[in-house]
Amino acid sequence: MAEAPAKTTGAQVLSVQNLEAWYGESHILHGINFNVNAGEVVTLLGRNGAGKTTTLKSVMGIIGKRTGSIRFNDQDITRAASDKIARMGVAFCPEERGIFASLDVRENLLLPPIVRPGGLSLDQIFELFPNLKERLNSQGTKLSGGEQQMLAIARILRTGARFLMLDEPTEGLAPVIIQQIGHTIARLKSEGFTILLVEQNFRFAATVADRYYIVEHGKVIDGFANSELQANMDKLHTYLGV
Amino acid sequence: MQALYAQLLVGLINGSFYALLSLGLAVIFGMLNIINFAHGALYMMGAFCAYFLLNLAGIGYWPALIIAPIVVGIFGMILERTMLQWLSGLDHLYGLLLTFGIALIVQGVFQNYFGSSGLPYAIPDELKGGMNLGFMFLPIYRGWVVVFSLIVCLATWYLIEKTRLGANLRAATENPTLVRAFGINVPRMITLTYGLGVGLAALAGVLSAPINQVRPLMGADLIIVVFAVVVIGGMGSIMGSIITGFSLGVIEGLTKYFYPEASNTVVFVLMVLVLLVKPTGLTGRAA
Repeated sequence: MAEAPAKTTGAQVLSVQNLEAWYGESHILHGINFNVNAGEVVTLLGRNGAGKTTTLKSVMGIIGKRTGSIRFNDQDITRAASDKIARMGVAFCPEERGIFASLDVRENLLLPPIVRPGGLSLDQIFELFPNLKERLNSQGTKLSGGEQQMLAIARILRTGARFLMLDEPTEGLAPVIIQQIGHTIARLKSEGFTILLVEQNFRFAATVADRYYIVEHGKVIDGFANSELQANMDKLHTYLGV
Repeated sequence: MQALYAQLLVGLINGSFYALLSLGLAVIFGMLNIINFAHGALYMMGAFCAYFLLNLAGIGYWPALIIAPIVVGIFGMILERTMLQWLSGLDHLYGLLLTFGIALIVQGVFQNYFGSSGLPYAIPDELKGGMNLGFMFLPIYRGWVVVFSLIVCLATWYLIEKTRLGANLRAATENPTLVRAFGINVPRMITLTYGLGVGLAALAGVLSAPINQVRPLMGADLIIVVFAVVVIGGMGSIMGSIITGFSLGVIEGLTKYFYPEASNTVVFVLMVLVLLVKPTGLTGRAA
């Protein structure tokens, strides 16, 4: 099935129904339901350990046991292997960033294979993240935390994947870097990327997200649009305990 | 002096085999997390493969240098697909026991048909004879083994450390789950890596056939020393395996000249010293 052009349709890109997932013996997700439409930035909010990261990993196919239904562009990927899912155009930027110590910056950047045409060129990437260009020959893990995060995002923009899952991209970063990541996400959105974001930093999420889902104890317990944010503020504070 | 140079040459030759074998072990360990005890048996299979090619099909040394590593490499990949892959994520001990068992079976089968004595394999015509270097006489085949092994080792190092494919391999060694989530078929890469490591062992087997004859236990004798070499060099490093392999061969050769009684144990003595001082090996990265 051909991928619907993200910008024009607003069709459902990702649909997750009754997703349950296990880490070994421990049952982490107990029925996650949400969807993401083309061109949207959707944020999963929730406390530590609520199951947000596990949700992303389940979509990516790297959680061993998962049941329910995950559909990407109308194809069932619930049981698919993660390399197959990536090849369909899903890109994942993990919370721990996953920069490889035995690879230099250039190798890290070029590691993910191109899965379809239309990815950013290296020049476009250096325009977004000028720091990376200067440090191409450094060892990947010698970069600062902010640079590593930029590298982790940059390398999945090359692949041509139009659906990005970013797990806490602002975690542990300085405000000025967070701002730069925010600009990047806004820019990607304006170029038609669809983004599923996991965030603890609710203030940051509010600057980029179209819609929110609240995850608690492995379930989606609420969801609202950015326009309803003010009306939901009290509830949100209760959910997140902030 | 003649005797010293002769022992140095023997050392370099043994070092070539140590380097080729420990390099394969290092590559396999990095990717599969398996201590491949079948390595010696696969080395032996490489030599036998050359022997069969010559005596059953009339195919000589030069084609065997390519065919034997491929044939044995494919055998290795079948082992990986059918058995080793199920051990991923388990303790090292399981892989060690399984590959040790495979080694015993393979060696047992060959011993059953060929006994324990050596089968001759002639030096190819092009490499017969020797050269007088003034200070010593160099048998051409031995010089060839040293030079060719060095080239293969450096080519493997280049492949792993400097190419795109090598970058995938290094990344998958660090974090296979994430590499797979980028769309790279990691299980296939693991199979090919095992094939590569096994192919290097088989290549060493072919190189060794004209020097050491072809024997079912030729690998069993060698592999113990090679594991000591790997421990000394450290499991994680490609260049480390190459350098350690050649140097320990030379050290062994020198010991044979200066204190022959210790020549069989010097590698193990060094291993103990290294384990006491730097347990990750001279070039190894901490786990």
